[in-house]
Amino acid sequence: MTDLFSKFDALIEQRETLLATGLTDPFNLVMEKVESPTVAICNGKRTILLGTYNYMGMTFDPDVVAAGKKALDEFGSGTTGSRVLNGTYVGHREVEAALREFYAMDHAMVFSTGYQANLGIISTIAGKDDYIVLDIDSHASIYDGCALGNAQVVPFRHNDTQALEKRLKRIPEGAGKLVILEGVYSMLGDVAPLKEMVAVSKANGAMVLVDEAHSMGFIGPHGRGVAEDQGVIDDVDFIIGTFSKSVGTVGGFCVSNHPKFEILRLVTRPYVFTASLPPSVVATAATSIRKLMHAGDKRAHLWENSKRLHAGLKGLGFTLGTKEPQSAIIAVIMPDLETGAAMWEALLKEGLYVNLARPPATPAGMTLLRCSLCAEHSASQVEEILAMFGAAGRATGCI
Amino acid sequence: MTDRDETYDKIRDLIDPFNKKGVAIGEDTRFQQDLEWDSLTAMDFVASVEDEFDILISMNRAAEIETVGQMVDAVGQLQSER
Repeated sequence: MTDLFSKFDALIEQRETLLATGLTDPFNLVMEKVESPTVAICNGKRTILLGTYNYMGMTFDPDVVAAGKKALDEFGSGTTGSRVLNGTYVGHREVEAALREFYAMDHAMVFSTGYQANLGIISTIAGKDDYIVLDIDSHASIYDGCALGNAQVVPFRHNDTQALEKRLKRIPEGAGKLVILEGVYSMLGDVAPLKEMVAVSKANGAMVLVDEAHSMGFIGPHGRGVAEDQGVIDDVDFIIGTFSKSVGTVGGFCVSNHPKFEILRLVTRPYVFTASLPPSVVATAATSIRKLMHAGDKRAHLWENSKRLHAGLKGLGFTLGTKEPQSAIIAVIMPDLETGAAMWEALLKEGLYVNLARPPATPAGMTLLRCSLCAEHSASQVEEILAMFGAAGRATGCI
Repeated sequence: MTDRDETYDKIRDLIDPFNKKGVAIGEDTRFQQDLEWDSLTAMDFVASVEDEFDILISMNRAAEIETVGQMVDAVGQLQSER
């Protein structure tokens, strides 16, 4: 018998070698208590959270928590059903209404996760003879959406408008075209040149889908994302987003002005063949989204945090993913996985949690310490974070 | 020199900047095993082939191309389909 698990041998060995050095497993951390959006207890130690994507700090917002409790009492713990059967409660309709209002768009469709939103929309709208042209650094859920469908998939070099244009021009006459972009790329925290890319896509007759998972609530005058910030949101056909970052719970969505959009509810398999979100989750999401419409002060503070952390880390001598802060993600580039894991552990011992990201999730085989800031991080917490980076960096020889 | 020979020569030129280990290139050279390319290098190379011959090589198509000879044949076929 061939062991089907033998394909994982190289990874198992790499993990064992790394852990044999006595390092804490970076992919097995447990939060024993969570005190706030920015502080948790890990291994009995008070730890500042700097890797949670909880950008707007809505997870402990009193109104959000109260809405969830109320829905739990009134509608129970779960829907036990698909959106198209018994799984659409009034709360699901309400969160879709909140999204339509937030984005000022005609249609909103809520999925059980952001991953499923990409999986469902991409695999359904791009069919067999259609072409998907996507940025090579696209998120796993975008690639998996492509793999679930039958379209011809053509990647282009990251953020390279010319490479996108060349590929669009080579697509056979008459074929359907879908260009997939992200507002903020989550590994390096860099922003896409959507203004140019959306224009090129439209000039070549393509529909455009933009994943704004890492920009919602924070970037753009109304927090609608990078497409809004760069003034091209009206030319974007589909925006994909998530509730698991700025909104502070779990779930995913697509908003659109396409006149036939509602038919997707009947033909999108990752929407139809799964249970809908629990009533408490959609209630917290709706409350949070409505509060994010009026969160200008929080946005301003989050930008200050991002700028301060970026400048501080650069000053300490770390290599960062972007020259200037472009989002609430600051990626610290590590020379290799061993050093990255050592630095990650040293930070944890100091009382700081960041994300360790490594290939194949990262571009160009990089190992990253990915920091995501929260609007609830105080200015003094950011200084504390910088002091911990300094100490851990010196202890591990990174700086 | 046939069209195929010309394509073959051109593909060899395009492999050059990615052939960090100086592996001898033949029809049967495999990109993954012999040249030890990771998926990102492979995609960069595919992009340079696309630009050189003004064709599109989809990921589905690229996944089936394992050797230099197969790439030469795929380019010929994609050019004739155009």
